[in-house]
Amino acid sequence: MSNRTGLARALDNRNVLGLLFLLPAAVLLLLFLTYPLGLGTYLGFTDAKIGRPGEWVGLENYEFLFGDSVARLSLFNTLFYTVVASVLKFVLGLWLALLLNKHLPFKAMLRAIVLLPYIVPTALSAIAFWWIFDSQFSIISWTLMKLGLIDRYIDFLGDPWNARLSTIAANVWRGVPFVAICLLAGLQTISPSFYEAASLDGASPWQQFRYVTLPLLTPIIAVVMTFSVLFTFTDFQLIYVLTRGGPLNATHLMATLSFQRAISGGALGEGAALATAMVPFLLAAILFSYFGLQRRAWQQGGRD
Amino acid sequence: MSNFKRRDVLKAGAATAAVGPMIWVKDASAQWSNQPEKGAKLRVLRWSQFVQGDIDQYLANVKKFQDKYDVEVRVDRELWNDVTPKAAVAANTGAGPDIILSTNDDANLYPEKLVDVTDLCTYLGKKYGGFYPVCDPYLRPDGKKWIGVPLGVAGVCMVYRISHIKAAGFDTFPRDTDGFMKLCKALKDKGTPPGFALGHATGDANTWVQPLMWGFGGKVVDTSNKVVLDSPETLRALEFVKELYPTFVPGTLSWLDPNNNKAFLDGQISLTNNGISIYYAAKTSKDPKIAEMAADINHANMPIGPIGKPSEFQLFFNQMIFKYTKYPKAAKEFLRFMMEEEQMNPWVQAAIGYVTPALTAYEKHPIWTSDPKHTPYRDSMRNMWPSGYSGKMGYASAGTLADFVVVDMFAEAASGQRSPKEALERGQKRAERYYKV
Repeated sequence: MSNRTGLARALDNRNVLGLLFLLPAAVLLLLFLTYPLGLGTYLGFTDAKIGRPGEWVGLENYEFLFGDSVARLSLFNTLFYTVVASVLKFVLGLWLALLLNKHLPFKAMLRAIVLLPYIVPTALSAIAFWWIFDSQFSIISWTLMKLGLIDRYIDFLGDPWNARLSTIAANVWRGVPFVAICLLAGLQTISPSFYEAASLDGASPWQQFRYVTLPLLTPIIAVVMTFSVLFTFTDFQLIYVLTRGGPLNATHLMATLSFQRAISGGALGEGAALATAMVPFLLAAILFSYFGLQRRAWQQGGRD
Repeated sequence: MSNFKRRDVLKAGAATAAVGPMIWVKDASAQWSNQPEKGAKLRVLRWSQFVQGDIDQYLANVKKFQDKYDVEVRVDRELWNDVTPKAAVAANTGAGPDIILSTNDDANLYPEKLVDVTDLCTYLGKKYGGFYPVCDPYLRPDGKKWIGVPLGVAGVCMVYRISHIKAAGFDTFPRDTDGFMKLCKALKDKGTPPGFALGHATGDANTWVQPLMWGFGGKVVDTSNKVVLDSPETLRALEFVKELYPTFVPGTLSWLDPNNNKAFLDGQISLTNNGISIYYAAKTSKDPKIAEMAADINHANMPIGPIGKPSEFQLFFNQMIFKYTKYPKAAKEFLRFMMEEEQMNPWVQAAIGYVTPALTAYEKHPIWTSDPKHTPYRDSMRNMWPSGYSGKMGYASAGTLADFVVVDMFAEAASGQRSPKEALERGQKRAERYYKV
């Protein structure tokens, strides 16, 4: 009996109850987030191979990767891919959101259509792009040929720089809807009275955008672009379907190279190290958005 | 083929070899006795078929096995590139399919996780003329213990348009690399270029650059796994490909495995390297224009380099039983059953020559002669050199192959991104990183 009352009393305690309610979420987080992340980081410090547990080797994997020209190239590719694609996605997404925020005919339908690229599974849209960029069957090359604008098919994925830009184009196509719809949601939270007041003060459309829209949208932009950068930085499927990192490793991102080394190549430790090497960059992106873009003073139109 | 189908199957668990007329003489000492565990259930993971007939007949054979032994067998399929990571995960975690049919040097990555199948391989070898020697480095690394049962290879040959090489002045396909170079140049001049994958095409890129490298006497490692890629022989192979590349259709640097099939069937290239699937696709196409092309397609073995003997590289298929299985005997019995001629013959037939079996007796299979265009694929196992030649297989060879070290080296030299010498030095450095351990 005394046991039961003890339990009942404990359950009456707010702190105990709170912890208890927190438990399922904490277990889920530990099990599915912290543990794999921790294991991945640990593996990065071992020489684990597939089918063979590794020994602790300290920073050897990182030294190895630092001296590896392909790994360094993949770092460059990833940064280039992320920066260019994210900027394009932001500009196009914002533009699209501003357009969709206007009173257009068929507004609901247009908004639904804009979301389409995001709904299609990446692997499927990647296959579509694979045909679009095909060296022999590209619809773009075919059209331009028929129009007499080019005299040979464009080597979209066969030339290193073409391949980088082509994969970025595919990534932007897929990522713009996410940015656009989120920013659209943000735009709709801005009260029309601000614009009314601004126009009464004689603000031009640009001034309205610069001093009303942009500051009020910044918190959303920060969140959306953080996610966008994270998704782009860790992109895998698109590259894997389109080029497998080729030609000449010109489109290998850290994620694809990590998979190639760890799973296809069996060097689990090295692949894990490569994946772990992505974390500082991702953290930097998060911290930048947190400390940079979330500043209240800036959001309210003032300077620091 | 009906006589194979009609032939009686073995009695359950019988300790004798099959009776009845054989298409080859077998060793009478081939003995087998095994009894599957009671209530056994098996899960098999294999690569998904390249040709429909393969899987249809495979599943028919599986059904025969189920009916005969009352062992439930579930067959899962994955793209062949995806089986490798799944098998690795199974080995790593100690759970997964009982039997995995996978590719290349996979078995060498986790030999201690695999059931010893020496008894089964000895039996099969005795009965069916032995396995080709190239199976040893893949599945009998110490020369004694079999860690998997060789199944065969997806043979890769030169696939060409008869009328196009005639127009280029060749009545037959050249046997050596010199003639091959001349042919490619002539084809290019006639406006019917060849095309060979130089992108990250695991199958189609490796199966033409590795034979060329070996054919010129180059190799990644010597027998003690020391990297010897940077050699005058490899350099000559690179210079050869650099000279060859301008004859290709544009865009081959981006090619993955399916590209050459598409380009060939569209008539954009007249010569490439591939399995028998292009011919098969043309033959069974509903498009009359493509079906007509089948008559104009023929095959030849890969050209022989200055070393004077074939040096082909093929996609190797193994069959592994994992130690975590609860039913090792049933698993062995399953593999034996599938490898017996009663099942193997119709399967090889149904796969229309896509798979060249690892047992030499199947050289006499009618598939290779019923259509003379199949014949080159018969020799795919005989002409083949092992992955990571001439070293030992393991993480280094698998890593080098998976990281496209050799393919990238050839692609760099061919495209002029680097001079052959620079590409070679870089290839040497990259290979050394893998073989360092």
